[in-house]
Amino acid sequence: MKPILEIKKISKMYRLGVINSTTLSDDIKRFWFKIRGKEDPLLKIGEENNRLQEGGKYVWALEDINLDINEGEVVGIIGKNGAGKSTLLKLLSKVTRPTKGKIISKGKTASLLEVGTGFHQELTGRENIFLNGAILGMTKKEISSKIEDIIDFSGCKRYIDTPVKRYSSGMFVRLAFAVAAYLEPDILIVDEVLAVGDAEFQKKAIGKMKDISQKGGRTVLFVSHNMTSIKALCSRAVLLENGKLTKDGSPDEVINYYLNTSTKISYKKSWQLEKRPSNNDFLISSVWLSNNKKNKITSINVDESFLVNIDFEVIKNNTKVGLNVILYDSNQNIISSSINNHEKNFYNQKHSTGFYNSHCKIPGLLFNAGIYFISVYMFGANFSNAKMIEYVLKIEIEDGVIVRGDYHGNYDGVLRPMLEWETKLI
Amino acid sequence: MKKEDIILPKKNLFDVNLKEIWQYKDLLFLFVKRDFVATYKQTVLGPLWFIIQPIFTTLIFTIIFGKLASIPTDNLPPVLFYMCGITCWNYFSESLTKTSNTFTTNANIFGKVYFPRLIIPLSVIISNIIKFIIQGLIFVLFLTYYYYQGAKVDPNFAILILPILLVLMAGLGLGFGILISSLTTKYRDFQFLVAFGVQLFMYATPVVYPLSLAKEKLGVYSWVAFANPMSSIIEAMKYSFLGQGEFSFYHLTYSFIFMVILLVIGVITFNKVEQTFMDTV
Repeated sequence: MKPILEIKKISKMYRLGVINSTTLSDDIKRFWFKIRGKEDPLLKIGEENNRLQEGGKYVWALEDINLDINEGEVVGIIGKNGAGKSTLLKLLSKVTRPTKGKIISKGKTASLLEVGTGFHQELTGRENIFLNGAILGMTKKEISSKIEDIIDFSGCKRYIDTPVKRYSSGMFVRLAFAVAAYLEPDILIVDEVLAVGDAEFQKKAIGKMKDISQKGGRTVLFVSHNMTSIKALCSRAVLLENGKLTKDGSPDEVINYYLNTSTKISYKKSWQLEKRPSNNDFLISSVWLSNNKKNKITSINVDESFLVNIDFEVIKNNTKVGLNVILYDSNQNIISSSINNHEKNFYNQKHSTGFYNSHCKIPGLLFNAGIYFISVYMFGANFSNAKMIEYVLKIEIEDGVIVRGDYHGNYDGVLRPMLEWETKLI
Repeated sequence: MKKEDIILPKKNLFDVNLKEIWQYKDLLFLFVKRDFVATYKQTVLGPLWFIIQPIFTTLIFTIIFGKLASIPTDNLPPVLFYMCGITCWNYFSESLTKTSNTFTTNANIFGKVYFPRLIIPLSVIISNIIKFIIQGLIFVLFLTYYYYQGAKVDPNFAILILPILLVLMAGLGLGFGILISSLTTKYRDFQFLVAFGVQLFMYATPVVYPLSLAKEKLGVYSWVAFANPMSSIIEAMKYSFLGQGEFSFYHLTYSFIFMVILLVIGVITFNKVEQTFMDTV
């Protein structure tokens, strides 16, 4: 059978800089600098954005993408920020057009690049359901027949005739997602919209997505950074890297490839002076992994402890330095976090300006063999003024003979403590 | 067999999918409704603002142009003369200004979801028609009052042409509006041009003066007044409701041809810009 969606040799080029959106005076300014032989004063702003390091004025956000999607498939699209995921979704949803190539789709396509597109603050919840539904391509009749379900699903029944500007942000998102959940297109395109709302609602939303894709037999394209939900929802995954499609296969296969080979997360990360993560009181200059002797390491044995080192500079006297180390398993599930507030004298301690090193010791015989990711979170006094440095380090915990004994099979789970065993005759 | 949809780098410029616009008619009317509900929410006077504005403008014009500058009004009661002109001009100018920022003000929605982009300017034109009808009724109320007071006004059968005049004004407003909105995606300067350009345009149109006066005073230069496609429409409006003014099929035909050409150019530019403007806006 012919695929429901064929993406053929799609490329999308963007011009860097502010060239296209401009005022006449900007163009005149540019011209004036040009005739005096100076470089374009306005171009500098845009060049920073060049993530592909080509150095030119043009950048291929997507290059030669070929992808056939069959009816009923749920395809997860993963990749780093700037890899071209959202651009691909924009092309598929006709928001903008490709530079080269063509897309052939069969049936009605609906895209959900954002929840609540076109919501108007002054209109009531009910009015917004109609407006948003129509924007997403539903007819008034369709919406009328589903409105009770939508209201029920949103859980905003009491407020449905109140203007949405009175809603809490959580309610707003619930209502917006509820409208989208009742779309019934042949092809549904979803950007990272499930990453909103509280945990309870996310669960509900993912459940609904599952219903849509599995029971409804609909074709879904789904971008997410959340590997767990990709695994839960998708039957297939593709990886985009620097605008190219580099991997296509089962979610497990693609996600493993992505996290372990493709990401450049390693055992250390340093920042140049102007790019250091800062909360205005202190700056982090580097984070690195070491063994107990402070020798840098990339991997460690299951039974050995290791240190997460954080080098920082305090730039204001009497600074409270708060640090938090968060550990994830290879599926990016948080497995543990530790705050430095139980360091000796944390509450009396005030750092004066200067360079420091803090470390958090992670004991051996705690985590199972495998790959782990680490985020570092910095904050000031009273746990405020915080900044997150996500997925900054990676460590591979290796299996050792000592803890295995003569067993050669797999150990399940994230933890591998040496637990006590005792057997008695009773 | 489901409908196949092909997305190519560029679509044909003349490919205006009217069928698709029809499919989205519900959205069109919801936008109209949104405009109405949203504009006057949290105002004390609410929709009364529709009426207050033309009445006060009429009052000011009557004092300044009628009393101070003593510009003749074709022997018509000044209040009716100005109100007729203002009501028509408001419709045209608001249609123009509010469609002229289609891309810039809706960039948010356009960047997230696809629907035929023409829906937005069309919804503006329609909500303005409703406003025009409300203001028109006020004008008719004033007209009736003056008529029974014995003023020299002569509403006649030419009123039947009103729908055509309305279409002409809507078409001109839409045409200018979408053309400018397409240009503003590249040059924001046009936004400022619209703001005062429309004001100047009004003085080039017989709103505060009768066309007969322009002809008399400007002599050979009076072609300027006729080259303006809005002149014949406003004059025809004055003729049909008040009995004074130029009613010329010849000039109305000119306005009609002008409108058609303007709409074609406008729609083509709009069509071209809507495809990729998200990359540049």
